[in-house]
Amino acid sequence: MKPFVTHTGIAAPLLRRNIDTDAIIPSREMKRVSKRGLGEGLFAGWRYTLPGSRELNPSFVLNRPEYAGASILLALDNFGCGSSREHAVWALAEYGVRAVIASGFGAIFHTNCIRNGILPVRLDEISITALAEQVQRDPQSNPVTIDLQTCLIQCGDLLWPFSLDESARHQLLNGLDPIALTLQHRRAIDVYEQARRKQRTWVYAPLEDSVEGVPL
Amino acid sequence: MAINSASTLFDKLWSDHTVCELDSGETLLYIDRVFLHERTGSIALQSLHSAGYKVRDARRVFCTMDHIVDTFPGRGDKTLMPSGSDFILATRSETRAANIRLFDVNDEDQGIVHVISPELGLVLPGLTQVCPDSHTCTLGGIGALAWGIGSSEAEHALATGTLRVRKPKNMRVIVDGELASGVTAKDLVLHLIARFGSNGGAGYAVEFCGSAIRRLSVEARFTLCNMAVEFSAFTAIIAPDETVEDYVAGRDFAPKGEHWHDACRYWRTLRSDEDAVFDRELRVDANLIRPMVTWGTSPEQVAGLHECTPDPETFAEIHRREAAQRALEYQGLKPGQVIADIAVNAAFIGSCTNSRISDLRAAAAVVQGRHIAPGVRGVVVPGSRRVKREAEKEGLDRIFTAAGFEWRDSGCSMCFYAGGETFGAHQRVISSTNRNFEGRQGPNTRTHLASPATVAASAIAGYITSAESLANSESLIA
Repeated sequence: MKPFVTHTGIAAPLLRRNIDTDAIIPSREMKRVSKRGLGEGLFAGWRYTLPGSRELNPSFVLNRPEYAGASILLALDNFGCGSSREHAVWALAEYGVRAVIASGFGAIFHTNCIRNGILPVRLDEISITALAEQVQRDPQSNPVTIDLQTCLIQCGDLLWPFSLDESARHQLLNGLDPIALTLQHRRAIDVYEQARRKQRTWVYAPLEDSVEGVPL
Repeated sequence: MAINSASTLFDKLWSDHTVCELDSGETLLYIDRVFLHERTGSIALQSLHSAGYKVRDARRVFCTMDHIVDTFPGRGDKTLMPSGSDFILATRSETRAANIRLFDVNDEDQGIVHVISPELGLVLPGLTQVCPDSHTCTLGGIGALAWGIGSSEAEHALATGTLRVRKPKNMRVIVDGELASGVTAKDLVLHLIARFGSNGGAGYAVEFCGSAIRRLSVEARFTLCNMAVEFSAFTAIIAPDETVEDYVAGRDFAPKGEHWHDACRYWRTLRSDEDAVFDRELRVDANLIRPMVTWGTSPEQVAGLHECTPDPETFAEIHRREAAQRALEYQGLKPGQVIADIAVNAAFIGSCTNSRISDLRAAAAVVQGRHIAPGVRGVVVPGSRRVKREAEKEGLDRIFTAAGFEWRDSGCSMCFYAGGETFGAHQRVISSTNRNFEGRQGPNTRTHLASPATVAASAIAGYITSAESLANSESLIA
């Protein structure tokens, strides 16, 4: 996984509450049995003029020339709520988004971001509005820098501190593979499971006293 | 949290599944069951294998075909979604290679993941279950600790038998009183979201309790917990009681004999201690709840049937005002419109929220002896093939078809657009599903969430109405 240490980029404000993962990538855009090929479908319902078309809707923020090359999104509360589809995060990553700054996140989406090297930053709504105002003056000459080592966001002369769960921060900074990390605890898992098998036999017995998944 | 040895139900399940505390501040939680589906299961299994990992214990992993599969009678591997069969074929070969039990397209036990998992007794009270589907919280209705995850987390659970999770806070929602006749668990959860917002549960595991909850059937409890994710909760849970034991007893994969007694003995300890401390507590008076229906594009944009759509100008806060404006525009509605007068083009009964036999019975009771309004399209999709067979045994299918509804095979169907089927752009759908997001049921389709009885009544009337109002208006005409 690509580590996230510090990033400077154009920030695009999408100042809405409850932007759900169906909006981030509509199900019709999840066409292949793959984590790839999804960037084009990002925000498809808003980004293109018609469903299924690729004709750009000029009024959508990511299509406006002043936000060309945006790699940071600004949003309000509950960003990424709804469906657990990780495609939303894969689509953001493929489009080139490295961080989302919002006043709140859907819980599953938040974890999905961290597992894919996208930084979700929680900031209060007043700060996000102020940041968006600063950016909007001239987005291309007001890039935003997010430093995960110091946990600071900078835009022009303005600075905002943020906090992130230490485990998420550690994982992002180092681009760690959580499966490999957890398998270091394999012995603890085995010990736990042996004890559980003894103490709560009923958890296992109905599945194991069966032939090819058909209970006896 | 206060220094207190008393534990909540959630604390007990959490500690029972704790393998170890990690230096990161997360807990390594043991996962008893993993369920997959064809939308993401094939991708997760492929990705796992290409990274060189193996499934730790395939006997506790299951997979169903529900998200993309067609629900037309006589279906095969093809779906209306152009590449839909690619997902179905990949899921079939990946689960076979990993030796995972698959409930295939035409398996007699196939159905929506959160319908079949309790129906077969695969999920049980006191277990942890995860699935790459946000509505996995449904299973809290049986007293399981179950929550939705992404694909990467599914890979982690498959490979390690565990997940790394930071413990959420405890919330208790006490619902006392009695739901009025015709008011359902769906109305209750919509009422909760209306009052406390679609992010009201963010950061919490929610326990539902109180006299109104104890009276709910297990299927109604599933409906209530199903929409905990629409409340932004980590998950929801209800303490298992005798109602749950009666529901679980005798199911295919339920414990039998001595194991059954051991299980029940343990399940009876699964309740919050009397002096347990919750980080937040909400109270809801069940007596005050009336049938609810959404008017906007977020589940929090919801009101009683006889209320009006809001005037966005009355919202002091600019982002709420803009959200209401956008929602009304998308939905083709005006401020101050009485919700119960809004004409509908279609009615959909189905989804992991409301497609179980009790839901179909409630809808059929409204529909019986009536016909859907001219120009309205009605579709009923049972949640599983078992539900379908039971409904057919009871003659519910004939009630629906005689009334003009389509009677389908089981799956997620038009709860969303994944299978490529939609009621069409600008069509107004009254729907027993869980999400009214923009485009959820297809590009520019307009969704109004309600209970199965309200959906059925609205299909008959041709406009949004409750079963009670439908009966009253007919008796006036008679």
